Amino acid sequence: MSQTKTKDHAALAAAFIKDEERVDWHDGALWYIREKRDIAAKQIPEWEELREAASMIKSNVISNLHEYLLQFEANLKKNGVMVHWADNAQEHNEIVYSILKAKEISQMVKSKSMLTEECHLNEYLEEHGIEVINSDLGEYIQQIDNEPPSHIVLPCIHKRKEEIGELFHEHLGTEKGLSDPTLLTRVARKHLRNIFLTRRGALTGVNFAVAETGEYVVCTNEGNADMGAHLSEVQIASMGLEKLIPQKKHLGIFLRLLARSATGQPITIYSSHYKKPREGQEMHLILVDGGRTRQLGRPDFRESLKCIKCGACMNTCPVYRKSGGLSYHNTISGPIGAILAPNLDMEKHADLPYASTLCGSCSNVCPVKINIHEQLYKWRQVIVKEGYAANTKALGMKTMAWTLSSPGKFTTAGKAGRWFLHNIPFVVNNKFNPWYKQRDMPEGPRESFAEWFIKNKE
Amino acid sequence: MTFHVSRFKLRHYQNNSNMNTREKILEAVLKNQPPTTALPDITMFKGNSIDLIQKYMDIFKTIGGSSFLVDDIAAVKILISENFDTAKRIVTTLPELSDRFELISAAANPRSYDDIELAIIKAHFSVAENGAVWLAEEVMGQRIIPYICQHLAVIVHAESIVPTLHEAYEKIGAGDYDFGAFISGPSKTADIEQALVLGAHGPLTMTVFILK
Repeated sequence: MSQTKTKDHAALAAAFIKDEERVDWHDGALWYIREKRDIAAKQIPEWEELREAASMIKSNVISNLHEYLLQFEANLKKNGVMVHWADNAQEHNEIVYSILKAKEISQMVKSKSMLTEECHLNEYLEEHGIEVINSDLGEYIQQIDNEPPSHIVLPCIHKRKEEIGELFHEHLGTEKGLSDPTLLTRVARKHLRNIFLTRRGALTGVNFAVAETGEYVVCTNEGNADMGAHLSEVQIASMGLEKLIPQKKHLGIFLRLLARSATGQPITIYSSHYKKPREGQEMHLILVDGGRTRQLGRPDFRESLKCIKCGACMNTCPVYRKSGGLSYHNTISGPIGAILAPNLDMEKHADLPYASTLCGSCSNVCPVKINIHEQLYKWRQVIVKEGYAANTKALGMKTMAWTLSSPGKFTTAGKAGRWFLHNIPFVVNNKFNPWYKQRDMPEGPRESFAEWFIKNKE
Repeated sequence: MTFHVSRFKLRHYQNNSNMNTREKILEAVLKNQPPTTALPDITMFKGNSIDLIQKYMDIFKTIGGSSFLVDDIAAVKILISENFDTAKRIVTTLPELSDRFELISAAANPRSYDDIELAIIKAHFSVAENGAVWLAEEVMGQRIIPYICQHLAVIVHAESIVPTLHEAYEKIGAGDYDFGAFISGPSKTADIEQALVLGAHGPLTMTVFILK
């Protein structure tokens, strides 16, 4: 991956919103999913109690993580699963490589795993001569287009079907101009079936890991994780430490919430419970820290580790819907991404907590009740304090602090502002004022409240 | 001198990575985890047991599946011959269907099932609220079967339908399975412009026969 400084959210979003028709379509597509979520949630009278229970279970996990990790590890071993621990992306990727190398496997099929995206596993393995194919249709499309996923549940939600048709024409030899979703899916089904049947190594992500039994659950709609895993000789699962839940009965709570929150379905088509390897198969599980223990040590932000990656906060977010997932320049985009990313690299992701209106819709739909919008606000304070705020924001804040520091300065500034708005509005209504972009400045009032009060107090 | 020792230790630590990474992570978790909070009581989560068969059939239809309420296995046989191409390879785990269809071998290479048109298996139970059937490995014949077939048919006893996932996990209990899954309909994707397509990588259709 290139180390050059990437553009910030505002600049990337500016590029995305140039195509107004696409923005409206993207906005509508995500809002449609948000509406489906609402319909599904309303059919469950105890929905709010389920959210509360899920949130409490996850609080318990966070506060007993040490114990649950040990219990989970012991049960995995009892079940015949090989356990690995990785401190960071590099260690994770090295472990995957060493497992494949020991079996002389040079081709692997992978189901959706945001963790391995976060680790840039595909790039690492390819550098080491191992071919990786993403098998989730959306992720496959993103892979052949050389782009990261723009949404954790719907990886290519930002793409039009004509663009996908063009990619299939180029990579899979479909007829030019073919863009029918059913026909394109059939072509991918045929192509990927051959991949599943010929790959000896398969990697999946993990949705929930049960400490009590050592089993882990993988949820998909396409069946791709299972096609890869059950046809492989070596099965690898990668998971972040926070994916643990205490007991199997808790799956009842989380599986009721997950798909309804994500897409409005009552449950994903497949909820596969992996416990022991198949006869003759090797099963590995990699537990990855990747900054999670650091986040655990931040009292204001540790609640973010409750996330079950449903994507509901993205679908509802007015900023996400209108700026697209790729503008967040982080594997996990949207509101949840914006509170997870600064923990990983505060300087690189200093812009993300500002990519929000703080409207709180994300917190309202979150199935585990993470206070996302409050954490966004708190990250802003941390980022300014640590000196990572963008120059324009820092300058603005300093000017405001100076202005507000005395009544005299405040009164003068107010007068000046009103005078400019009335007499020479182009001084503020220009492209150097970021607030003016796509907005009209208000017509300033003739006088301030203080001036009015002095005149009228008699 | 101490500087050199610690440098050596550090390198040793990094090279001997796996065991030490484990210790390092566990230590950081223990240090950073907040004071313990209690697990909630979830025993009040229960579904309504009225009209479960109808509820199941209605939900299953909305997720793209088809279901039939049948009297016996003979009725299942008739429906299968009416709805599927029996000239193609059809496999089953049910001995009572072995006169007509091939029995799944647990020992066969899973890849050898690539060409199966239809798999007929029996579920332990199904869930009314979401249309899912619960299948442990032993009723699949092989783990790959319900995923690799072009069409999936599942037989379930009417009285085994539970209202919600809470009752489902109660029923599974500790569960002495090596692999198990909830499956709730044909495989699907909506990755291309949110257009729903049934038959992503797994079965194109799923049929459930509910035995009265």
